[in-house]
Amino acid sequence: MESLSELVEQAQSEIKDATDLGGVDSVRVRYLGKKGELTALLKSLGSLTDEERPAAGQAINAAKQSLFDAINAKRDSLQNDALAEKLLLDAIDVTLPGRGVGRGGRHPVARAKARIERIFRDSGFGIRTGPEIEDDFHNFTALNIPENHPARAMHDTFYFPNGNLLRTHTSPVQIRSMVEEGVPIRIIAPGRVYRCDSDQTHTPMFHQVEGLVIDRDISFANLKAVLHQFVESYFERKATLRFRASYFPFTEPSAEADVEWGDGKWLEILGCGMVHPKVLENAGVDPEEYTGYAFGMGIERLAMLRYGVKDLRTFFENDLRFLRQFR
Amino acid sequence: MKFSEKWLREWVNPPLTTEELAHRLTMIGNEVDEIEPQGSALEGVIIATVLEVNKHPDADRLSVCQVSDGGKQPYTVVCGAPNVRAGLKGAFAHVGTKLPDGKKLRRAKIRGVESNGMLCSAAELGLGDESDGILELSGDAPPGESFSEYMGLPDYSFNVDLTPNRGDCFSVLGIARDVAAMTATDMHPLSVEAVSPTCQDEHPVELVAPEGCPRFVARVIRNVDVSINSPDWLKERLRRSGLRPISPVVDVTNYVMMELGQPLHAYDLSKIQGTIRPRMAKHGEKLKLLDEQEVELAGNTLVIADESGPIGMAGVMGGWSTMVSNDTSDVLLEAAFFTPEVMAGVARQYGMHTDASMRFERGVDPLNQATAIERATQLLVDICGGEPGPLKDHHDSKHLPAARTISLRKSRLQRVLGVDIPTEVVSGILANLGLHADLKDAVWDVQIPCFRFDIDVEDALVEEVARIFGYDEIPEATATGLIPLAAVTESRVDLDSVAEFLVARDYQEVITYSFVSEQLNTLISGEKSELVLSNPIASNMSVMRSSLWPGLLATASKNIARQHERVRLFEIGKTFHGSVDEPKEIVRVSGLIIGNAQSEQWGAKSQSIDFYDIKSDVEAALDMTGCAGAFDFVADEYPALQPGQTAIIERGGEGAGVIGKLHPLISKEFDIDKDVMLFDLVAESCFSAELPVANTISKFPVIRRDMAVIVKEDVSVSELKDSVHVSAGELLREVRVFDLYRGSNIERGRKSIALGLILQETSRTLTDEDADNVVSAVLLRLRQDFGAKLRE
Repeated sequence: MESLSELVEQAQSEIKDATDLGGVDSVRVRYLGKKGELTALLKSLGSLTDEERPAAGQAINAAKQSLFDAINAKRDSLQNDALAEKLLLDAIDVTLPGRGVGRGGRHPVARAKARIERIFRDSGFGIRTGPEIEDDFHNFTALNIPENHPARAMHDTFYFPNGNLLRTHTSPVQIRSMVEEGVPIRIIAPGRVYRCDSDQTHTPMFHQVEGLVIDRDISFANLKAVLHQFVESYFERKATLRFRASYFPFTEPSAEADVEWGDGKWLEILGCGMVHPKVLENAGVDPEEYTGYAFGMGIERLAMLRYGVKDLRTFFENDLRFLRQFR
Repeated sequence: MKFSEKWLREWVNPPLTTEELAHRLTMIGNEVDEIEPQGSALEGVIIATVLEVNKHPDADRLSVCQVSDGGKQPYTVVCGAPNVRAGLKGAFAHVGTKLPDGKKLRRAKIRGVESNGMLCSAAELGLGDESDGILELSGDAPPGESFSEYMGLPDYSFNVDLTPNRGDCFSVLGIARDVAAMTATDMHPLSVEAVSPTCQDEHPVELVAPEGCPRFVARVIRNVDVSINSPDWLKERLRRSGLRPISPVVDVTNYVMMELGQPLHAYDLSKIQGTIRPRMAKHGEKLKLLDEQEVELAGNTLVIADESGPIGMAGVMGGWSTMVSNDTSDVLLEAAFFTPEVMAGVARQYGMHTDASMRFERGVDPLNQATAIERATQLLVDICGGEPGPLKDHHDSKHLPAARTISLRKSRLQRVLGVDIPTEVVSGILANLGLHADLKDAVWDVQIPCFRFDIDVEDALVEEVARIFGYDEIPEATATGLIPLAAVTESRVDLDSVAEFLVARDYQEVITYSFVSEQLNTLISGEKSELVLSNPIASNMSVMRSSLWPGLLATASKNIARQHERVRLFEIGKTFHGSVDEPKEIVRVSGLIIGNAQSEQWGAKSQSIDFYDIKSDVEAALDMTGCAGAFDFVADEYPALQPGQTAIIERGGEGAGVIGKLHPLISKEFDIDKDVMLFDLVAESCFSAELPVANTISKFPVIRRDMAVIVKEDVSVSELKDSVHVSAGELLREVRVFDLYRGSNIERGRKSIALGLILQETSRTLTDEDADNVVSAVLLRLRQDFGAKLRE
């Protein structure tokens, strides 16, 4: 059987040398085809003795199998090479920018407002709005700021000829909401407010968010807790707050809250207090049955602190170079 | 209010540093804005007398002075001050002294003459900004004494931002009371003794408007020498309180106001004509005030009048005709109580704001007038001499504020604050505040002093206790109790989602002012707004906007000027309509695009935007409602837009928005030389949503039939589609417009529109015959409706 091993060796060598799929196929036909040389050997088994035949048959079949495997392996390898070559040609510069529509951005004040709303909404506060052109009653009188009250001087109010005005704070929404919905109530009211004042630290329009919680037995301790939690949530860090006595006609006791801002510096961030009994009465709520707190904060102020904006006025200049920083 | 810390500490002196004192005051509601240092580092500055002044031999403007600090040898000093003269007492800095600006004074030759020290100006001593000339001290200033000691230095001025409710704190006395309460320190009240009259003269006063002036305390002082200067200590205290020394009479009245909180006025007695009557002004009466302005009075204004008419605006400013001058020798001192009710808002009405008006409108102590007059008399006579007459206290008890008692329940205190403050602590706080209280059954009956106008309800007492107890001492406690679940609607698209959607379509959000220029507002909205502000901040911000476009266009214009070639903006905000009596506010979502459709990129040719770019954004936004089909774009006209490229967006036949190209003339107005496409959506109409209703999805395949029809130019695609929908019947799922063609093979004035009909049945597979029938029905109808021809 020397010729078998020579034959296999010869075939293996031809497989190895094949450079394309056609070459591989012709090797297959030459050795394994119907008229192939191994096929012929197999056919010649009949001329052997019964004793010789099994061993010879086994040897030929093994040789046949090894050639099959070699041919298949060679074919796979050639196919892989061809694919790899094709893929190489398909290579692109993946660092070229993508096509199509880009993305704009939110205004930083809107972004801060959405964040504040989210924090309170997730904590069970409803979100309310009110008119920006207000009457004197809702903006002042109902909030315990009667005509000629010195506190009115703190609000530089824009007026219309008939005495209506642009709301100077979001507090009128307190009154409207209590009257419309009654109590208990737990809301915030974000929105635009207006003061007739324009300098480095004042713009004639800005945004506030008002908070109001009225229920049986709501206390100053609850107010302190909610504001502390809000500040920590908004700034995503532990925060130290201090509450200073202050004065707002519509709260009693009244406070201003400062947050510690490094180096023992305190920054004022909001005004708050327990809703004045007269304000509850003005909204048809019995102050003996219900107590509650209210707070108000400037959204621009919170946005400035959160995003490191130095000058309030830039918010309304709408310079795209500035706005594009707040994607 | 500004005052000297030293002065305060004469009244009450708790063991606190300057910073601690300021901090504690801030925490109880008297916010200290600023601590202004007054004359530190003045060792080596001595009171000295100028003995001799000679001209400098080589410099016209310099003098060579001999200055004595009381020692044996006078010092030779070169001085450039114009006011230096022999006999002058001044502050003399020896060589080696470190002055407040940090510089060390050296011996120096000035133009050849050696100068051994310096006569100082106020600014050089760190006492204010007066630097013209050297500081002149009173003639009785003792030479050789330390200047710091003589002037009560070092000291600090506290600038306190008083809240409008605390009129009682508008004086050293008032602040001292709060300091005493917060630190539980005893106060050393000023002992004011009655001055015995040395003449019997008095001036007639009649209270004819007791509702405005229920108390008027007056005293005549004769033969006052007004040529004498106020003493240094008094001038210095006024200066540290932010008040300019003027003349002894004015200085004394200001001093007593600062000290006791009671504004005083001094008249030249010889110029008063007859009985003084505090009365309401007659409408249109004229009054020339101390500052020489003449005002026309309104009927709500309380004045002090004599037989000649008004001689002062009560509680605001005295009158010109009776003011104390250099010739005055007899004065009438006035300390009155003008009620806050009558004073409220009056000064502001005349554009005025004075030390007196601030105090009266917040309320002064109605029992303090006589004390103030006694104190002023004593000071004035000490300084200027004179013979005081008897003090006359004219008052009408009926109209003076009555003492009140307000109950404070311990239960209320605990309920409002959320902390149980021990009874004895509360009693102690009330006592320290000078609030006399009787405790019975856990209720304090608190007598409110009549100067505490702010304590009018029980909760005001809660605040008093809380602020002295310390807000920081109240623990935090999260409120408990069930919160009902919120009602969450699907019938509106939340505007934050609309904003995020537009951001994803490459729009930048802006926020512009709600007031705009009247001219632009009218030009753009075609609406002449009635909502005109009475007091706009600027003339181009005088009306409430009827459209968001003026703000958006102005913003775009500014950014184009800053070299942005592609601008895509939106704003969500209100516009204002209707009349001042019935204003109407509408929330809108508006935007604009300018420049290329896409940002500059390698893979696409740059193409300028057109109507269909913005329409695609708007259609996609409206699709958020789940019922994009409910909106129709109807060709129309709109003031700011170019005719022929304008559509009104209708929903159910009602206007819901507008979209189109800015009229080129208006682009020019904003200096924009590119096409501007705009949209404006009324939020309520455009973003109310419909709930999706699920239909069974057909298992059978769709058949698509395409056709191109030739119609006249004026036939709109929406008309065409409507017609197809009518004629195609129930098998039609969708009509797609996939081509628009004009040109060769098409007659001029006509266009070819390619339509793809998507057909499907839910219960069976459609046959070619089904599809052919639909196509013929559609073509027939299109021919009838529009004369459409099939394009071969």
